[in-house]
Amino acid sequence: MQRFILRRLAQSVLLLFVLALIIFALARVSGNPADLLLREDATQEDRAHLLRVLGLDRPVHEQLYLFLSGAVRGDLGESIRYRKPATEVFFERLPNTLQLLPLAMVGALVVAIPLGVLAAVYRGTIVDRISGAVAVVGLATPSFWLGIVLIYVFSIKLGLLPSSRMGGPSHYVLPAITLGLFLVAGMMRLVRSSLLEVMGSEFVKLARLKGLSQTVVIWKHCLRNALIPVTTLFGVYFALLITGAIVTETVFAWPGVGRLTYEAVIFRDYPLLQAVILLKAIIVLGVNLGVDIVYAYLDPRVRYA
Amino acid sequence: MPWVSLVIITVMVLGAMLAPLIAPHSPTEQSLPDKLRPPAWEAGGSTRHLLGTDVLGRDVLSRLIYGARVSLIVAAVALLAGGGIGLMVGIVSGYLGGRVDSFLMRVVDATLTFPTILIALLLAVSLGQGLQTIAIAITVLIWARFARVVRGEVLGVKARDFVALARVHGCSHLRIMAVHIVPNVLNTFMVLLTLHIGFVIIVEASLSFLGAGIPPPTPSWGQMVADGRSHIASAWWLSVVPGAAIMLVVLAFNLFGDWLRDWLDPRLRQV
Repeated sequence: MQRFILRRLAQSVLLLFVLALIIFALARVSGNPADLLLREDATQEDRAHLLRVLGLDRPVHEQLYLFLSGAVRGDLGESIRYRKPATEVFFERLPNTLQLLPLAMVGALVVAIPLGVLAAVYRGTIVDRISGAVAVVGLATPSFWLGIVLIYVFSIKLGLLPSSRMGGPSHYVLPAITLGLFLVAGMMRLVRSSLLEVMGSEFVKLARLKGLSQTVVIWKHCLRNALIPVTTLFGVYFALLITGAIVTETVFAWPGVGRLTYEAVIFRDYPLLQAVILLKAIIVLGVNLGVDIVYAYLDPRVRYA
Repeated sequence: MPWVSLVIITVMVLGAMLAPLIAPHSPTEQSLPDKLRPPAWEAGGSTRHLLGTDVLGRDVLSRLIYGARVSLIVAAVALLAGGGIGLMVGIVSGYLGGRVDSFLMRVVDATLTFPTILIALLLAVSLGQGLQTIAIAITVLIWARFARVVRGEVLGVKARDFVALARVHGCSHLRIMAVHIVPNVLNTFMVLLTLHIGFVIIVEASLSFLGAGIPPPTPSWGQMVADGRSHIASAWWLSVVPGAAIMLVVLAFNLFGDWLRDWLDPRLRQV
């Protein structure tokens, strides 16, 4: 078990290191990174000063050392727009995103599981076809557009829900739906196919022979097993939500880290963007690592795979 | 045959190719007196601008037609590059096996678990917006998916007798991969390409929406949705129309891809 954890930890650290190298290199292939930081009206003296402050007048290997040692200490540079350390800006915004993600995740499960179960139980009937159609349309709908359409219908036409920013509970409804629907199609298909697989197994036949009702067999015996693949993918869904939040928070002016990513792109705030990306990567990799460790603990087969 | 999908795809492709001939107006020409005209069927709309005009008085239908070009060109370039790299990595990995295989598959796994869209945004900021940047970004995003599926196919093909026979005849590994393996995974590859067109169009639109796509004034669907966002209360068509176009086209490509998969390569169903 310890060896497993160590190996996975080492892999994650290696991946982060490679990512840091990519960020370091990308800032330099397109010219001097100082030019990404300077305003358009900056003078030659400003530029020289900035080069000295950032250590960009030194050889590349020294710059790399400076960058990596800074990153390890949590110093990822200062945001141009906010004039504050980029990591500080990120952690101010993070709680707002973390409030949204569980709602979206739970919402997606609440919709996807029943639909997937119905599709599997009534396989080949009209119910299956309808839920299949929902999945196909869901996969084709861009979530930035869905968010805008929801705002148009529910805030502007019907006046039922607020369209943007944070506030009372009603502010969470539309963003959570937009973000959650992003996952529904994939989850639903997964529940359907894994339930179909479980329904064909021996223990289900036994349960039926014992005379258990259809409801008990499906919802108790089958579903528990069918949900294993869904829970294994928790790390993947989490990563999808983190990236999905960029678009959703942008549409709803939600002050989280997704919106912050968008701002960093729009305002060409390179230090902020590199900090956001590294920190998001750490969070995603950390969650994935945690999920893997939990599974390795619960299911010894994973450890030796 | 999925006729509806084929019709939608044909209309889009023809529209994109013949854009200068069929677009009723220039996609970039501004005309402030005509700004924010609603679509023809709404009160106040006219047949001069079938889908209305935007804040700068540009014709939405014309922008939509030209925008299809961006979607298709980006999809074509990114799929050829990303799919091509994926195909090569998959073949080399599956055919050579051993350490090369386990190393390449580690890289594939790492790419798949990583939120690669962040790298795409980073590329747009550091390299500057443009066709090249977005093509590289999407390539980074999709190559691993191709590599993994192709590798699986190659493992099956490699074990067949004709490969051993080619080896006995003295073919080099390179020749076997290029002449004997590639044709046998081509069906799978074509299916993967079709199934990814819709995905790539959505990614391109999302990046354009976030201000990291093809820069204005070239019209692209994602950017049109983004531009219309702040006018949603007064001019709904600015966002709704291009978004509906994205949805329709992606739906058509996905359904066509599903059909092609069932027809050419039913074993891929699990993918």
